Amino acid sequence: MADLVNVTIDGVAVAVPKGTLVVDAAKKLGNDIPVFCYHPKLKPVGMCRMCLVDVGTPKVDPATKQVVKDDAGNVVIAWMPKLTTGCTTPVSEGMAVRTATQQVKDAREDVLEFLLTSHPLDCPVCDKGGECPLQNLTLAHGPGQSRFDYEAKQHNDKHVPLGDLIFLDRERCIQCARCIRFQDDIADDHVLQFFERGRHMEIMTLSEPGFDSYFSGNTTDICPVGALTSADFRFKARPWELDAAQSVCNHCPVGCNTTLNTRLETKTGGREIKRVMPRQNEQVNEIWLCDKGRFVHHYTRADDKLTQPMVRRDGKLVEATWDQAFGVIAERVRAAESVAGVIGDRIANEDAFAVARAVRSTGKGSVSMSPAISAAYADIVRACGVGAATDLKQIGKGDVILVVNADVEEQAPVWFLRLRQAAVDRGAKLVVAHHRSTKMHRYAAQIMRYEIGGIDAWVADSAKLLPDLTAARNVLIAFGDEKLDAPAARSLAQHLANLLIDSGHAGKANSGLLAMYPHGNTQGVFDVTAPMPAVAEAGVVWAVGVGDRADLPQASFLVVQDVVMTELASQADVVLPASSFAERDGSYTSGDRRVQRFYRALPAAGQARPDWWIAQEVARKLGAEWRYEGAGQIFADIVTQIPGYASLSYEALAKGEEQWPPMGRGDLYYGGTVYDNEGGLGVRYVAEAEVGTVVRYEVGAPIAALSGLERPERMLYQDGELIRRSHVMASHVVKPAVA
Amino acid sequence: MTTPMDKHVLLRDEDVQDIRELAVYQANEGYAGWKKAVTSMKGEEVIGVVKDSGLRGRGGAGFPAGLKWSFIPKDINPKYVTVNCDESEPGTFKDHQLIRNNPHQVIEGTALCCYAIGAHVAYIYCRGEFKEPVQNLQKAIDDAYAAGLLGKNLFGTDYSLDVYVHLGAGAYICGEESALIESLEGKIGQPRLKPPFPAVSGLYNKPTVINNVETLANVPGIVLNGSAWYRQWGTEKSPGVKIFSVSGHVKKPDNYELPLGKYSIQDLLEMAGGSSTGLPIKAVLPAGSSSPIIPAVNFHAKLDYESMGTIGSVLGSCSWIFMDESVDMVWAARKMIRFFKHESCGKCTPCREGTHWALKLYDKMLSGEATMADVDMITTVNKQISGKCFCPLGEFSTSSMTFTLKHFRKDYEDFIAQGKGGSAAYRRELERDHHMHELHGQAKAHS
Ligand SMILES: Cc1cc2nc3c(=O)[nH]c(=O)nc-3n(C[C@H](O)[C@H](O)[C@H](O)COP(=O)(O)O)c2cc1C
Ligand code: SF4
Ligand code: SF4
Ligand code: SF4
Ligand code: FES
Repeated sequence: MADLVNVTIDGVAVAVPKGTLVVDAAKKLGNDIPVFCYHPKLKPVGMCRMCLVDVGTPKVDPATKQVVKDDAGNVVIAWMPKLTTGCTTPVSEGMAVRTATQQVKDAREDVLEFLLTSHPLDCPVCDKGGECPLQNLTLAHGPGQSRFDYEAKQHNDKHVPLGDLIFLDRERCIQCARCIRFQDDIADDHVLQFFERGRHMEIMTLSEPGFDSYFSGNTTDICPVGALTSADFRFKARPWELDAAQSVCNHCPVGCNTTLNTRLETKTGGREIKRVMPRQNEQVNEIWLCDKGRFVHHYTRADDKLTQPMVRRDGKLVEATWDQAFGVIAERVRAAESVAGVIGDRIANEDAFAVARAVRSTGKGSVSMSPAISAAYADIVRACGVGAATDLKQIGKGDVILVVNADVEEQAPVWFLRLRQAAVDRGAKLVVAHHRSTKMHRYAAQIMRYEIGGIDAWVADSAKLLPDLTAARNVLIAFGDEKLDAPAARSLAQHLANLLIDSGHAGKANSGLLAMYPHGNTQGVFDVTAPMPAVAEAGVVWAVGVGDRADLPQASFLVVQDVVMTELASQADVVLPASSFAERDGSYTSGDRRVQRFYRALPAAGQARPDWWIAQEVARKLGAEWRYEGAGQIFADIVTQIPGYASLSYEALAKGEEQWPPMGRGDLYYGGTVYDNEGGLGVRYVAEAEVGTVVRYEVGAPIAALSGLERPERMLYQDGELIRRSHVMASHVVKPAVA
Repeated sequence: MTTPMDKHVLLRDEDVQDIRELAVYQANEGYAGWKKAVTSMKGEEVIGVVKDSGLRGRGGAGFPAGLKWSFIPKDINPKYVTVNCDESEPGTFKDHQLIRNNPHQVIEGTALCCYAIGAHVAYIYCRGEFKEPVQNLQKAIDDAYAAGLLGKNLFGTDYSLDVYVHLGAGAYICGEESALIESLEGKIGQPRLKPPFPAVSGLYNKPTVINNVETLANVPGIVLNGSAWYRQWGTEKSPGVKIFSVSGHVKKPDNYELPLGKYSIQDLLEMAGGSSTGLPIKAVLPAGSSSPIIPAVNFHAKLDYESMGTIGSVLGSCSWIFMDESVDMVWAARKMIRFFKHESCGKCTPCREGTHWALKLYDKMLSGEATMADVDMITTVNKQISGKCFCPLGEFSTSSMTFTLKHFRKDYEDFIAQGKGGSAAYRRELERDHHMHELHGQAKAHS
């Protein structure tokens, strides 16, 4: 435990760790000193002057160097001559703070009145209205009336596109620099800056294209006013009209906690996602999201969203009833010699489990995963992945982060933020091995470059890292499968696991493998389905949530189950409409094995149903007797049948705990529209190496990388069935150089 | 020049012709202190003699130079010296004369500071408008390099030193030391949060000494002749000599180098030839727009740090702007507020918004539409700014209001009483400002 320092705030004593700032110490006591520029995730700057308080320290006699006491034996406090910013002042032993004196009250009122002299006060049409710190603090501490002459107000541009995702209202900006500081200190994309000075000072973008960053949406959350708004949400709804459902992003292995804000639309009569917001989970995403996770949601109401089963008649897909569709499938399955279930790695654990069960209950079924490469090494991650008690915040000095063949910012954006902070702010040693430059290289203490196709040379060379790894307190190894085929990717994972075992870090908290899986539930689908490599061909191929053809067996009959009319679906013999993640409950297992629940936000679209329900009905049509009433019941089966999940329960996953500092929207103190976590923080299941003995892997296939461009690098905005359907993201989508 | 100094310490160009030339400077003891230090003194010894001399910073705050140098941690490298030649305080033009006419003495002082603290690089940060005088400074630096006074292995020792000149882009705030550092690093010129202070974490987050040009110009003499020599001038707390930039309603506006503590404000006025208009002098700004205005009744005060304090003002950067009875203090205060509104960096709320608001109120005064309620409002806004700003600039902005209201409230009352008709002259002033503003706007639109 860090050294504690004793302070009194308005006469109330509190002990806080050394280095705590006065505002945070006061927050511990429930004393909200108003702040605008201060944000606990950013370094303090002391710009806005909202947090002025009266600070004093014990008076020391210069002659005796003793603390002076009055006649009653109380320590005499030497108050500072001027008010001090509580956001920049760390507490010291015996410090006294006054936050309720007339002088402090006046200062708050004064600063607020100043801020409002140049504020347009267009709250009635402002997107932040209703969740705005400026509104709240004005009500709490501001003057009832401004003495500023309205005519003298300065007017500025109100709809400035900083990029195509984020708009700036220059009149509303209170020059707190939170947005700039987020971009500089957290995202490390130096794309925002102040321009001009004094009352003319304004935010501008330095990049071309404008506001070029994967994390731009976060600035709209932490902007304490409605100056930054997203192209996605601006003028779309008022905060108080929105319902909130707790969810989890499934677009990459991080598993960021989200809140889906929905509203009933009078125009369409349906409920829609109006925005995706972060939900605080200090273990996962803290309060951040990447822009893909925030803006990709439009497929949930795409024009070609599947709402009705379809069967192919006379070469054309035509609408059918569920019963007709199940009938056709059952008939073909009965006639076929084999059935191949192919499961995409974004569907929920419960879906994958039920689909696998349905396929296997035909008695002639095999289950594989798409993309196949994900399944190639997930068992190794299950064994040697990060220890269950791992907390990325604790990675720092004395630790080594080894990044191998992965582009963390492109493949797990929020992990990038967190690993970067571990290296840059907390001093972990970062070693990056790759065939090309990535953003991570900026922070590397050691760069190990190999040629495209030359990863085997690095592997041969990597033994020289062992002394460093052995000496390190903790070792995290983030790795990817760029330019590798499945056997080679498996060998790489085995080799990296061996590095952990040889250096004594396998199965330890804050050490282990972190895999850059392609989607949000690769680990989970692997865990609950125990997939085999895909067969070459099958009588019936049943593809569930599969993005592309690449890893499908040859089929004489193709059933595609998905959320939208994908290219693959348009070629199917039967198309089954699955509910999107927003229309049902379920759970995902993130790339670091944290199992997290998500909750229903929207009603079922048309006839669309959860994948698990569809799977079970197909099975029942074929004579199976099992039946689930809901996702929770399936999870109960997962717990009893899937090794590793035995210690979990839906209740445990839904448990929360106090997160410090509290930044949820229920407590607008720090200003920011991140949501409280009411859906649970999730539970990371124990890695096999933590409980059993670990045995070195016999590295299988040679780790010869594919040379050239056979497997394109995986980019965040890479073209895909879902991102393609988000109009706000359209201009960002990148097509791979080689398909 | 009529000055009581028979031999200048700083403005030596007034005694020695062409002292800007290296050969002339060297013929007049130039770089003798430099050679002495590098070849026979330790860094701490140089710090010691400067400490003993009691030399105080001439950039405004008057902080003891030797003490500042002694704060530099020994074990963190590299260290830097940055020379503050931003000289942006209205009415200040002393550093200008030094770098233009006696540049080698500035370079030698800079070099001695570097040697004292163990720095090997110095940057002289000059305001952007100094493009022309900087040519002299740069030539002097080039000559010093050519003569082996700067560069590698000086005087056959292993001590090396590089000196660079950097031109700012024209911002008053870049004279503030931490904003200067930001600007030097290529960032927007805004002050940094302190602590840490530059001595611990300054340029590129390394230990850095920042001194004013004039401060450093004193150092060669001190190192060569010793601290007692320097203390022959001045008082116990204000030792040495100081340059006074005098302007306004005087016959002979110029730089005057005087021993501290010997002469009074009245003496200074007389040295400058007295009132240029024949009208009595009403008041003086002792340190440009940043200082409490001094009414004529206090002209008996002596020119040193302590005495200025006793009359509620400061020595500051020593830019003395005398104003005669024709000057309306409302007009003068507005000029200054306009300056601060224009120069506010925008980082903190009270200065950014407060100066904007205050200027609006003064504009209203000038337009002839104000009432005494507006005067009260000025008082209120002034109070609302003070004590809350991030850096001294915002606090400086209040003194023009505070002290014109304190000493010349009658000007405000008369102004209101005159009403619309009485303010024709000021309306012209307003119009001129607006015209300038438009020109500025057009220039911006075209750029
Ligand atoms: C707003 C502001 C403007 C300043 N401008 C200057 C300046 O133009 N020149 C200068 O030497 N010091 C200026 N200073 C003082 C510097 O911050 C710093 O104290 C000085 O350079 C230290 O050098 P000295 O100790 O030799 O005086 C300014 C300070 C403030 C707050
Ligand atoms: S845009 Fe928002 S976050 Fe950025 S400086 Fe303005 S008010 Fe602060
Ligand atoms: S980092 Fe990954 S999980 Fe988080 S929002 Fe982005 S895509 Fe979703
Ligand atoms: S007081 Fe504030 S706004 Fe004014 S110059 Fe200093 S930091 Fe900038
Ligand atoms: S100055 Fe402390 S919150 Fe802005």
